[in-house]
Amino acid sequence: MTESTFTAVETEALPSQSMSRLIWKRFLRHPGAVAGMVVLSILILAVLCAGLSPYDPEATDISNRYAPPSRQHPMGTDALGRDLFTRVLYGGRVSLAVGFSVVLITLLIGVPLGAISGYFGGWVDNILMRITDASLTLPSLLVLILLSAVLREVNSPVLEKYPVLTIAVVIGLLSWMFVARLVRASYISIREQDFVIATRTLGATDLRIISKHILPNAVGPIIVESTLGIGYAILEESGLSFLGFGIQPPTPSWGNLLSNAQMYMTRYPWLAIFPGFMIFLTIISINYIGDGLRDAFDPYKVMKGTGRKNQA
Amino acid sequence: MGKYAARRILQAIPMLFLVSIVLFVLINIIPGGPLAGRGQVRHMPPEQVALLKRQFGLDQPLIVRYVYWLIGNDWTRIDTDGDGIPDDYGDGKGILRGDFGLSYRTRRPVQEAIGYYLPNTLYLMSITLLVVALLALPVGIISALKQYSLFDISITTLCFMGQAVPEFWLGLILILVFYGVLENPLTGTPLLPAGGMYTIGAEFSILDWAKHLILPVTMGAVGWVTWYSRFLRSSMLDVIHQDYIRTANAKGLRKRLVLYRHALRNALLPLVTIVALDMPYLIAGSVYVEILFSWPGMGRLYYQAAMDRDYPVLMAILTLGTVAVVFSNLLADLTYAYLDPRIHYD
Repeated sequence: MTESTFTAVETEALPSQSMSRLIWKRFLRHPGAVAGMVVLSILILAVLCAGLSPYDPEATDISNRYAPPSRQHPMGTDALGRDLFTRVLYGGRVSLAVGFSVVLITLLIGVPLGAISGYFGGWVDNILMRITDASLTLPSLLVLILLSAVLREVNSPVLEKYPVLTIAVVIGLLSWMFVARLVRASYISIREQDFVIATRTLGATDLRIISKHILPNAVGPIIVESTLGIGYAILEESGLSFLGFGIQPPTPSWGNLLSNAQMYMTRYPWLAIFPGFMIFLTIISINYIGDGLRDAFDPYKVMKGTGRKNQA
Repeated sequence: MGKYAARRILQAIPMLFLVSIVLFVLINIIPGGPLAGRGQVRHMPPEQVALLKRQFGLDQPLIVRYVYWLIGNDWTRIDTDGDGIPDDYGDGKGILRGDFGLSYRTRRPVQEAIGYYLPNTLYLMSITLLVVALLALPVGIISALKQYSLFDISITTLCFMGQAVPEFWLGLILILVFYGVLENPLTGTPLLPAGGMYTIGAEFSILDWAKHLILPVTMGAVGWVTWYSRFLRSSMLDVIHQDYIRTANAKGLRKRLVLYRHALRNALLPLVTIVALDMPYLIAGSVYVEILFSWPGMGRLYYQAAMDRDYPVLMAILTLGTVAVVFSNLLADLTYAYLDPRIHYD
């Protein structure tokens, strides 16, 4: 597609086929978002290739404790002589896995609830939204600490085998409300539009309208919220692990690496600097990507066509 | 509006009951119970553990425990010596009469602990909020007025960084720099203290207290400043592009007057809601800040109670937190309606 046809599309009707392409093009015009995408891709790639490291993340080397960063150990070694770089990579697997799983869980709960609530309205909406409100009333970090404390004591082999999933479920159970509200709002505004009424007149079932006709039109804000949600989830997991309630050592996660670094931090600062910096890098990339997506999905921007970063 | 407020409060009551039941059940299904948190229990013979359980009332069914927690147990005979036979009236008044029960760990009333820790949290959080307001207001306003200027772009970048920085890591780095690396050139001691509210054993001095505030306040404020200033910037941008601002400018009103009298007052409206919604933090505090800086506040009390499985303390703080959330929601709606005459509630 050449640039001239692109502008023509922008000012006239938008053929549905090239919508995703249009959004992608607009996304690429956002330098921060592209940079975030590149950094996040590198991070994910590095984390996936953690196995290539010559060191075992749990192999101790007592003769080489607290080694400062060097060529052999780019991030130094910890109290047991384990290579921090390798542990940070493996910890990244955990943190990113938690981030993505939480978003999946919030979508699985939030989208159907929000859709049903917004589409049907009435008493269904009333009940579902009261549940949502009640869940929003919980002081989330405090309940998060409580829930992780509960689950830490459950001696179930399933929970011990899947600590990542466990923590993801806990965080997910406390964050689906935002998605549900967002989806509900979109459904309320879309359900009254002519094309929905037309579809209903043609005899489409409610399920079909909800999933095939309204959902594709509501997907923009969901994608933006989910992207940012990955970041929140990673922050929450690392915070919990930092407090000692999340992922338990020796399995590394960015949060518990920081927690271990605390005690001797002033003497061995690299232990505190690197894992935290990885969290920072991940979150800032995700936030920039989310920002870019928000601009790209914003139909208002197409109308103005300024090409400039939106307000807010 | 009084009617509206009354209705909202009435609506909140069943919700608070529901939430308190959910929390109570959650806490009480922790396997092992509160006794598992006490190291010495591991070395006790089982009959003694059973005795303790009876004394704590943990042998009672969940529903009975909830009722005792809610309305107290001074109306019925309970088993105080743990022999399995109810012998004496309880002395719990229940949460509805303002009694949060006895801490399992200290055997002292929970409200005593809260009375000790809550002022420390209020002290830290109100100063943090003050700093946040003093920074976020000018930053947000200037960014909006000078949109896309160098200042605005740098602030935008800084805000992105501030929002991405994990609070606890920021605290670690602050300690590393101001306690670990930088020194007071006169005495050779660390530049700033890394924990506590004041130097223990030293005589009271405002300077000492202030020094202990700098790092925890900075750690707590960064996230808030970025969030509030971004918010103010976008609401300011919304306002200054509206017709009545153009009218005010066109009729020759002084710029300053247009800005503060017309634009800012309206731009602050949505911010008031956001601030009201953040009020629960004043009570619950920040767990991360208080842990990292050994601040004797509510967040640390909660953390310690979660570690010790001190159920009454956990329940008390969770309940206070939930009530605070409900009331701050109400407060947000009411202030908004009060400040913005266009909004009517009925």
